[in-house]
Amino acid sequence: MSALWEGIAVGDEVVSETFVLTREHLVRYAGASGDFNPIHYRDDVAKRVGLDGVLAHGMLTMGIAISPVLTWLGDSGSIHRYQVRFTKPVYVPAVGSAQLTCSARVTTLPGHDSPDLTLSLTVTAESGQTVLGKAIVVVTPR
Amino acid sequence: MPVNPNLVDVVFDPVASYHVGREKIREFAAATLVTDLQLTDVDVAKARGYADIVAPPTFPIVIQEKTLAQLLAYPGSGIDFSKVVHGDQQFEYSRPIVAGDELIATLSVTKVQSLGGHSMVTSESVMTTLSGEHVVTASSTLVVRGDA
Repeated sequence: MSALWEGIAVGDEVVSETFVLTREHLVRYAGASGDFNPIHYRDDVAKRVGLDGVLAHGMLTMGIAISPVLTWLGDSGSIHRYQVRFTKPVYVPAVGSAQLTCSARVTTLPGHDSPDLTLSLTVTAESGQTVLGKAIVVVTPR
Repeated sequence: MPVNPNLVDVVFDPVASYHVGREKIREFAAATLVTDLQLTDVDVAKARGYADIVAPPTFPIVIQEKTLAQLLAYPGSGIDFSKVVHGDQQFEYSRPIVAGDELIATLSVTKVQSLGGHSMVTSESVMTTLSGEHVVTASSTLVVRGDA
């Protein structure tokens, strides 16, 4: 069986997928994760604490950002490290939706120095603004 | 009140052990729009050499939340929850989490910093099996916004 990264070079984009987020996704994630902070479902509370509106849980964005990578890898159990920095809020309106485009680029390939495959993730909102920084996935192939 | 820098010396008790259930993994995978079958289909996971379905990489947040609740509830922590913003997050695995795992998480605060009127609290929640085998460490920085 050939390696997943055969024919792939450092710098190549291996996945890119766009996700549409609505309030329902935020409520679902609140239930699944146990994070019931009302800034993720109530506009009045979000505005009271100085936000422009209800925003997605950072951890929801982090969870979605790696989804295309998991499908591409076909073995999520080989992920050794996953880290992100939350740089911009993702506002999700009560009516309508927000869009996140999640892509991954190869930063290092398994080689003599390290058996790891390293990917750098980019998550972009509709405005073109990136919402995560230093988003890195380290895969140690089994 | 600023964040108490002495939090780094506090020894927190492990939180009650967490049993990782299949349906919880499936619910979390659906909520994070993850579709890889290894996370939902037992036969696929077993064919790939796992004992049961594999949890998504960010799943440990469910357990980490329970340890962070200890931090926020700690008397004299100086952390006002309404001013907390998630700064960064990391998961470092020794092995993947699979359904059926029973995990114990223990919190420690590794750094308290002040930066431009804000406080940054970095902590890690170390998750092991009941026999002490390391599974994953979840680390995060919480930014506590200062009064403008």
